[in-house]
Amino acid sequence: MLYALKIATRYLTAGKAQTALLVLGVAVGVFIFIFMSALIGGLAEFILSRTVGDISHVTITAEDRDPAILIAREGHVLAVTERGRARTATLAEAATFIPLIETVPGVIAVSPQITGAGFLTRGAQVEQVSVTGVEPGRESAILDLDGYMTQGSARLASGQIILGQTLAEDLSLRLGQTLRLQSSGGVSTVLTLTGIYNTGNGRMDGGSVYVALSTARTLYALPQGVTRIEIKLADLNTADALALRIRALTGLDAVPWTDGAEQLMEALNAQAQTGYFLKTFALITIVIGVASSLLLSTYRRRPEIGIMRAMGAGQGFVIIVFVTQGALIGLMGGLSGAALGYLALLPFPSRDAFEPGTLPLDITQGSYGLAIILTLIGAILASILPARAAVRVDPVTAIGQ
Amino acid sequence: MTALVEISDLVKTFGEGETETRVLRGLSLVLQTGEMAALLGPSGSGKSTLLTILGTLMKPTSGRYLMLGENLLEADDRALTAFRNLHIGFVFQFHNLLPDFTALENVIFPTAVREGRETEAARQRGRQLLVRMGLEARIDFPSANLSGGQKQRVAVARALMNKPELVLADEPTGNLDRQSAMQVMDLIAEINRDEGTTFLISTHDEKIASLCRRQIVVGDGLVTG
Repeated sequence: MLYALKIATRYLTAGKAQTALLVLGVAVGVFIFIFMSALIGGLAEFILSRTVGDISHVTITAEDRDPAILIAREGHVLAVTERGRARTATLAEAATFIPLIETVPGVIAVSPQITGAGFLTRGAQVEQVSVTGVEPGRESAILDLDGYMTQGSARLASGQIILGQTLAEDLSLRLGQTLRLQSSGGVSTVLTLTGIYNTGNGRMDGGSVYVALSTARTLYALPQGVTRIEIKLADLNTADALALRIRALTGLDAVPWTDGAEQLMEALNAQAQTGYFLKTFALITIVIGVASSLLLSTYRRRPEIGIMRAMGAGQGFVIIVFVTQGALIGLMGGLSGAALGYLALLPFPSRDAFEPGTLPLDITQGSYGLAIILTLIGAILASILPARAAVRVDPVTAIGQ
Repeated sequence: MTALVEISDLVKTFGEGETETRVLRGLSLVLQTGEMAALLGPSGSGKSTLLTILGTLMKPTSGRYLMLGENLLEADDRALTAFRNLHIGFVFQFHNLLPDFTALENVIFPTAVREGRETEAARQRGRQLLVRMGLEARIDFPSANLSGGQKQRVAVARALMNKPELVLADEPTGNLDRQSAMQVMDLIAEINRDEGTTFLISTHDEKIASLCRRQIVVGDGLVTG
């Protein structure tokens, strides 16, 4: 084996320019593989962060109660309470479950909320809004309100409200002004505007307001419990598994963000498939390049193969010499391609600093190890055909050449 | 002397049907241990085919071939490769060295390929052989940079590396000038005399043949003299 390695190395170093070109070809293939991995991975990361980065990854909502039915002794229905007229469903035991959910590995934030519809009144102007009551201190647990604030603070206390830039402009609001918020149940309260945010999402900036949980309790007449628990995860790709786990742990209906996001998932899958195709083509190019070059080398070295066979080199030895050449080319090309890829990706901003309009290349998703291993395997496979051709060389004919 | 090689009724045909050519037509031959024999005959007489079969690089169509008491026609490729490596050395007309290797690396190839590595013992023997061939100044020279005569002497050293019982030389001096040819033949004769290695040398050259103690003449696929 050691001797076969020496022969293989000598053959590669004997034709330095040819070997260098071959390694360069493999390196370019690996570079494309890594670049595509970083691009596809970064793009997926970018799209996900822009679409679901600021939403709850797992959401627990109170299940609607079944309509109340009054049944007579004889069995017939006397009265049915129409759904929707019933009081808003709540997660009455939320306070018990939150510490439990927070201990689940992978959960990074939990935000109990009371949500509902309401009307925001400023003088004669009225706007329909979506109201979210959040616990003070957890305002930025799911949506990074702190990061989106353009004026004031995201911190909420009872009697305070924060809302989006568009809504503030529509109602000509400034910080410190008071306004009236009326819930869909008809309860109204006067609140002071303490913060204005701009998320870039039209629906959020033009139709959502945030109040303290205590304010929401008053507005929606919920002295205890919440209507919704939002959970943020370290890795949003684990949402399905963690939702199942939380469901098993609490018995509550935990729904991952992927439910109802089929189109987004399909788009991401299609993008990933495209990436797989491109990476596969890059690997095929590597395999063809290595195979053709080694085949050429086999042809060129036919007399030498014949001599080696005549001198007592077995078929296995000849196979090892050529497969080792393939492996060395794969290893050198893989390592240099990976290094090139890493260096080329270095100038691009990290995944946390992706900017619209620039290529979202994620250096951490270069799949460097995978690229090297696949290239090595591909090069070894590519060298099997030339190795078999070498073994079939007839020593008598080859020596005669 | 004992019989090293015994071949009888050796037939070798190439092609089939109308294109069939019978190169060996029932050739029989015995080579004794320690012989130095010349194989003479015109082109196409079957000399090279006989050497190739004796070297286990080709199987005859029919016949019998015993070397060191072993029936080599029944052995598989693996066994033949091992046998060839240990017991048979080759010297070709065009030296056929590995061009990317030094003289020493070429010489020790048969041992290194068997042992899977280049041992110090092999290197030591390789150096001794090259010194004996008068190539002490060319031991670590790339073989591609050697002269024709030097290359052929390296090839002789390589053939002797594993101390084979039989060395087959196919026109070993055919590509050399008279002086180099005589140098190579002197070396072969010296080794034959000192170590008892059996040589079978195919040649067209009567002068080279006259240096051998026995002349075997092949004609039309048979030993004729």
